[in-house]
Amino acid sequence: MPQYTLKIRRYDPEEGTPPFWKEYTVDLEGHRSVLDGILAIKDHEDGSLGIRCSCQAAICGSCGVRINGQAKLACNTKLRDAAAEPVRPSQRASIRDVGEITVEPMGNMPVLKDLIVNMDAVHWKKVQRVVPWLLPAGEPPEREYVVPPESMIDVTQSMACIHCGACVSDCLSMEVDPLFIGPAALAKAYRFVGDPRDSQTEERLRDLAEDPHGIYDCTHCFNCIQVCPKGVAPMDQIMRLRRRATRDFKIDDQNNGRRHEHAFTKIIEKKGTLDERKLLQDSFGPFRPQGGVALLRALPTGLRGFARGKITPRKALLHERLEGIENVKRIYEHAENHAEEINLYILGEGEETGAADEQAHPRVDKAPAMGETPEATTAAGATDGEPR
Amino acid sequence: MKVAYWPGCVSRGFTPELHGSMALVADRLGIELVELDRANCCGAGVIAEHNPELADTLNARTFAMAQQTGLSMMNICSTCQGAQSECQQRLDADDAYRQHINEALSAEGLQYERGLDNKNFLWLLVEDYGLEKLSQLVVRPLTGLRVGPFYGCYVLRPTSRLGYRDHPERDQYLERVIAALGGEPVDYEGAHKCCGFPVITMNRETSLSQAGRHVGDAIDADADALVTPCPLCHLNLDLQQPDAAKVVDRDLDLPVLHLPQLVGLALGFEPKQLGMNKHVVRTAGVERKLRPAGRSSEPVAAASS
Repeated sequence: MPQYTLKIRRYDPEEGTPPFWKEYTVDLEGHRSVLDGILAIKDHEDGSLGIRCSCQAAICGSCGVRINGQAKLACNTKLRDAAAEPVRPSQRASIRDVGEITVEPMGNMPVLKDLIVNMDAVHWKKVQRVVPWLLPAGEPPEREYVVPPESMIDVTQSMACIHCGACVSDCLSMEVDPLFIGPAALAKAYRFVGDPRDSQTEERLRDLAEDPHGIYDCTHCFNCIQVCPKGVAPMDQIMRLRRRATRDFKIDDQNNGRRHEHAFTKIIEKKGTLDERKLLQDSFGPFRPQGGVALLRALPTGLRGFARGKITPRKALLHERLEGIENVKRIYEHAENHAEEINLYILGEGEETGAADEQAHPRVDKAPAMGETPEATTAAGATDGEPR
Repeated sequence: MKVAYWPGCVSRGFTPELHGSMALVADRLGIELVELDRANCCGAGVIAEHNPELADTLNARTFAMAQQTGLSMMNICSTCQGAQSECQQRLDADDAYRQHINEALSAEGLQYERGLDNKNFLWLLVEDYGLEKLSQLVVRPLTGLRVGPFYGCYVLRPTSRLGYRDHPERDQYLERVIAALGGEPVDYEGAHKCCGFPVITMNRETSLSQAGRHVGDAIDADADALVTPCPLCHLNLDLQQPDAAKVVDRDLDLPVLHLPQLVGLALGFEPKQLGMNKHVVRTAGVERKLRPAGRSSEPVAAASS
C-alpha cells in the first residue's frame, strides 16, 4: 500500500494560538482522493481535524480546499496526482517538498477552523446580491415557460456551478478588493441575464456595470477558469455580461467599461494596431467632467513616459495606419454584421468536428427572445404550452 | 533558426525598448525574425469581449500571414500569446466555423489552416532554442543578481489552452532562464499573479493595488529586479510603479526588465543599447551588480532542474 504525506494547515481560533502546519502519513491507494486521506487522518489519528464534506462525488461542493496552493475539491483530487504535481517555486516551496501534498483552507475567506472557511460574507451574500432567481414579466403561464432549447445553450455552462467557492478562493481581484462581487456570483448573474424567460435583463446589466466592484472589476487573470472543477469558466461569463451590457444594451457605465471597449475596438478598426495614447484619452472621454479628472490623474504617468523617451511627440500625435488597413475594415464588416459565437463548452475543445456535429449542435447568433422561434419546444419535452 | 515574428502593438508603442532589445538579442542568438509587419492587433481580450468572432477573424489573419512564410510564429507578449491562443482554440475546434472565418480573409488571398505553432519568446527559448545553447553564449553571467520572475496571466492560464499538457513546466521557465544566465531566481508571492493592467482605466485602485503588492513582495524577498515576458505587465509594474507605491502606501523602487533585456545583459549588451534608460524605475541598481562584459573563465552551468 503506498504511503502519502499530507501537510495540513491547522487552526483553531478558540485555542488562541496561530495557525501551524502539521504533517500526517496515510496508507491509501493512489486512486483514492485527498478527501479520503483527510478522513483517514480524522478517523485514525486526530478526530479534531476540521473539514466540511458531504457527497464525496464532486456534486455537493462542500470540500473546497487549497491543495498544493491551488483551490480544488478534495474529493475530486487523487492522492497520486496531487503528490506528483511539480513543486512550483512561488507556490510555498519552502513548505512543500517533492512528493508531498499540502492542504490548507481556501483563500479570500475567513477560516472558521482548520480547513473550514466562512463562505457567508464573501460568497453567499454576493450570490444573493445578484438576485439569483428568475424575474419573468407578467403572470406566469398556465403550464411551463416555453423557450427554444438553443436559447439556453449559453446559460447551461453557468448552471453547472456547485458553489464550492474555488473561484472565489483564488480570485486575484478579490485578493485586493474584497468588495468585488466576484466570479461565482457574476457567473450566477449571467445564468439569469442569459435566460430568455427573464424580463429584467437590462436592469440587471446596468446594476452590475455601474457597481465599481461589478463586472469591470474583473482583472482577466483566468484563475477562476483554471480552478473551477465544473468547467463553469466564470471569467467567460463575466465577459458575456460585459458584451451584453456594451454591445446589446450600450450601457455607458461610470467605470469607463463601455468607453474602454468601444475605444479599443474602434482604434483597431481605424488603424489596425493599438494607439495607447488615444486609447487612454477615448476611454476616459476627456469632455465628461469625471473623464477629465481620470485623465488628469493619468497625466503624471504620461509625463513620465515622455521624460524617459517611451512616448515621443511624434508617437503622441501620429499613430500610423497599418498598411492594408482596408483588409481589417473588411473583417470588421464581416464579423460585426452577423457575428457567431462558437461555444466550446457545448461543442467540446480541440477535437475537429464535422458537419454532422454542426447540425446536432446548432450555433445561435444571439439567444432568441422567448416565443420568437415558431418551432419552439419546451426543454421538458411538452409542446402544448403556449408561449406567453 | 527562423521564425515569423509578431512583436505586438505595445512593443512598438509604449515599450519601444522591448522591440529594440528583441531585435538585438535575436541577432546575437542567431534567430532570424521575419516580422509580420502587416499584421493587426490581437485584440488583447478586449475585442473578444466585444465580439469573439471579430477577434477570431483578426487573429486568423495574422496566423494566415505567418503560415504564408512557412515558419512557426513567435511573439514577445504574454497577452498576445493568451489572446491568440484563445482564438486559435476556437478556430481549430470547428471546421465549419474556420471556413466561415476564412471567407472574410479570402479577399486578401489569405487562409488559415488548422494547427499553427505560435510561441512566446520564453517558450521558444526553453523548448526550441535550448538553455544549454543559451548559456554557452553568456559573456556576462548575471552572478549575484537576484531576479523575480513575473509571467503574466496569459502565458499561465488556462493550462488546458496553453499547451501545458505537452509542456507541463511552462510556469517555471523564467526561473530556468534566469539561472541559465547566471542569475538567482527569487521566490516571492507574486510570480504567477496578475499585474492588474487590464482594469487600469476601469478600477485604478484594484489595478495598482495588485501591481504594488507584487513589487513590494519581491522587494521583501530581496529581489534586485523583476523580469517579465509581457509588455502590458511592464506598463503596470514599471510605468505605473510610482502611482502603485502611493496606492499601497509604501516605498517601491524595483527595476522591471523585459525578458530580452535580461538575456541581452548576459549576452554582453550595454543597458543603454537595450533601452533600459527608457524605464521609469531607474535600473542603476541592476547595472551596479553587473560585471563588465567579457567571456567568463568559468562557464555558466545550464539550468538542469
